[in-house]
Amino acid sequence: MPAISMTVNGQKVCGEVEGRTLLVEFLRDKLGLTGTHVGCDTSQCGACVVHVDGKAVKSCTALAMACEGAQVTTIEGLAKNGKLHQMQEAFREHHGLQCGFCTPGMIMAAVDIVKRKGKKLDDETIRHELEGNICRCTGYHNIVAAVKAGAEAM
Amino acid sequence: MSETGIGARVKRKEDQRFITGKGQYTDDINLKGQTYAYFVRSPHAHASIKSINTAKARKMPGVVGVFTGDDVSADKIGGLICGWMIHSKDGSPMKAGPHPILAQGKVRYVGDHVAVVVAETKEQAKAAAAAVAVSYGVLPHVVDAGKAMKSNAQVHDVAPDNRVFNWSLGDEAATDAALKSAAHVTKIDLVNNRLIPNAMEPRAAIGSYDTGTESYTLYTTSQNPHVARLVISAFHGLAPEHKLRVIAPDVGGGFGSKIFIYAEEVVCVWASKRIGGRPIKWTAERTESFLADAHGRDHVTHAELATDSSGKIVGFKVHTTASLGAYLSTFSSCVPTYLYATLLSGQYNIANIYAEVDTVYTNTAPVDAYRGAGRPEATYVVERIVETAARELKMDPAEFRRRNFVTSFPHQTPVIMCYDAGDYAAALDKALDMADYKGFAERKAASARAGKLRGVGFSAYIEACGIAPSAAIGSLGAGVGLWESAEVRVNPVGSVEVLTGSHSHGQGHETTFAQLVSDRLGIDINNVSIVHGDTDKVQFGMGTYGSRSGAVGMTAISKALDKIEAKAKKVAAAVMEASVDDVEFNNGSFTVKGTDKKMAFGEVALSAYVAHKFNSSEIEPGLKEGAFHDPANFVFPAGVHICEVEIDPDTGVTTVANYVAVDDFGNVINPMIVEGQVHGGIVQGIGQA
Repeated sequence: MPAISMTVNGQKVCGEVEGRTLLVEFLRDKLGLTGTHVGCDTSQCGACVVHVDGKAVKSCTALAMACEGAQVTTIEGLAKNGKLHQMQEAFREHHGLQCGFCTPGMIMAAVDIVKRKGKKLDDETIRHELEGNICRCTGYHNIVAAVKAGAEAM
Repeated sequence: MSETGIGARVKRKEDQRFITGKGQYTDDINLKGQTYAYFVRSPHAHASIKSINTAKARKMPGVVGVFTGDDVSADKIGGLICGWMIHSKDGSPMKAGPHPILAQGKVRYVGDHVAVVVAETKEQAKAAAAAVAVSYGVLPHVVDAGKAMKSNAQVHDVAPDNRVFNWSLGDEAATDAALKSAAHVTKIDLVNNRLIPNAMEPRAAIGSYDTGTESYTLYTTSQNPHVARLVISAFHGLAPEHKLRVIAPDVGGGFGSKIFIYAEEVVCVWASKRIGGRPIKWTAERTESFLADAHGRDHVTHAELATDSSGKIVGFKVHTTASLGAYLSTFSSCVPTYLYATLLSGQYNIANIYAEVDTVYTNTAPVDAYRGAGRPEATYVVERIVETAARELKMDPAEFRRRNFVTSFPHQTPVIMCYDAGDYAAALDKALDMADYKGFAERKAASARAGKLRGVGFSAYIEACGIAPSAAIGSLGAGVGLWESAEVRVNPVGSVEVLTGSHSHGQGHETTFAQLVSDRLGIDINNVSIVHGDTDKVQFGMGTYGSRSGAVGMTAISKALDKIEAKAKKVAAAVMEASVDDVEFNNGSFTVKGTDKKMAFGEVALSAYVAHKFNSSEIEPGLKEGAFHDPANFVFPAGVHICEVEIDPDTGVTTVANYVAVDDFGNVINPMIVEGQVHGGIVQGIGQA
């Protein structure tokens, strides 16, 4: 099996994968980073969003081998030095989660939105940008509020 | 009100792990030596199984075992059961067809579980499953509830006309008479479409058998692990309850679909022993969720509503055909009956109601409880026909509702329920005001000028929650009681663990239940932990569904806290050398009336465990109490929702222009969490609409 290496949450990691191994499988099964979830395995739900070289990627649709040498950040790597990221804080503050399953993907996607669209986000932009992230519990209302507040705090 | 007590918008305690990726969902758990299961599923809606050839699959790389219905029979593993017996009008019991955990001789819906392959990796299991050769003899099928009783497709031998039961509630003769003599009768035909619950977390299970202790462990995505253990033990015959541990860790949403006991989890537990005790993990792909999770709704209804010349409702007659799918799922039979027809009075004072329900088998995924379970189906019928009647009578729909509201309580409906309290007009007034109902005509005209259509819809709903008084549901056919259990363990340092039989999968119990304890004992909410979801840790409990965990589960905790307080007072009295009648407990402190003697809750807890200062033959050491709570009645939250939509007739694009929800929920524990639940419910409803 081919060997790959990448940097995940600031740590250099390596491992053997099959050519078909998905990034999410590498993260969850090989590295034990189970915060990244698989909700649909067809890149529709967004529960698996991570950052690859600074961009939001659905890790259920990326091959692990395609991320050779990449800088990967998962939900586990978002908090720094024991301090939550502003977007994580905003989700708690605004009750932007219920069962928590979509939450890691939502937060990772939200951070990416702010990087691309800036800190001042209107509801319409947030809703449009989150079309690739599905939540079944919250009805999105509080997620939108959380992303807006998290963006301002970033 | 304290900052963390009843009524406070306390931020959720459980969120820390979810926002940092530290939640532990079933698929996040991996056991030593774990193997993976993949199910061979039927590609046909209805077919006989002529043969299953597993020889090729068994030789595939990594395959540990391949099992079929023959193996299940050989081990005498019982089938899946439906836990609520419904009798037809003629007194005959419902016709329950067999539901084996792997198909035996026949498949009855696309996705039906035919065989399972267990392998070292999930990719190997999936590849080998594709090599299992099943020879099918395709049979005629029926998928439409309305056509099932006239179809030439027969889903189960036991039900020649596909009818599971023909059930009724209410007085048919009196209702017919009311309809006959009415000034006006409104008639409607409705379809409440089938839908798929689609929790974000797909169902998953890990079954393992310990050859040393001869016991099983099942990790599963369940809303009610104790009920799962009971059913797997009592009906599948795998192991007695004390040899089976069921753990439902973090569960990523349920909406009803994770109440039920499914074939896949039973197979994982059973087959683990077959492969020498290695754990077997199965995680559904989303396609499998669509195919093989229990679905919701699927009703076809004809309803007639009689009104007198003053616009008062005098009679209501409903006939519903409800599809239960290809097999009777765990609670399927009670959904279109006792959870449905008992709410057909809605918020209205209706003297005569008669409902008749035919449930049918179809060649579709089983149908069971989905968000609201029967009660939203009732609200849909009631509110659609009330709206239609108002329009036919040329009355304002809001005023027509108001004219017919129940206004005095308690109110006994003709369909079992006795509403305890409510003020329906107050909710309507508030909603009309918030929605600016008076300004609707103007907004509609403005939309028309812009080439758009605009409409407004009401839902004046009532829901029977806090399910359920055990004796009452027992008399109606339930196989279980629906009380709830709690144990409150006070530690020597005064921190508290609450073991609850309910299960949280998004509802925020770890916070709301802790608020109750913090409020009652006057202790920091961070000194309270809520423990749930593990049959080895928690006493038997009934789980979470039917909007029961607050009303029933928290009341059980409250009763246990009453006992804690009573016991702690005895300890405090002994330590402070006072009469127990003189000991008072307020804001976390025990005081003696008329003195300055005082002990903090934590001090009393420590005294209870140290047990130096009281006679142990009179007061037992320790501070731990349990309680079971069986409710005397349902609770009846009600409210009015008003939705205003604008439609572009050229494109069909529909925009929700405004949505107002006025809900009377009584004493709200955590408004932030309750509002979140309402948001989610509304959007699931809009999703179906």
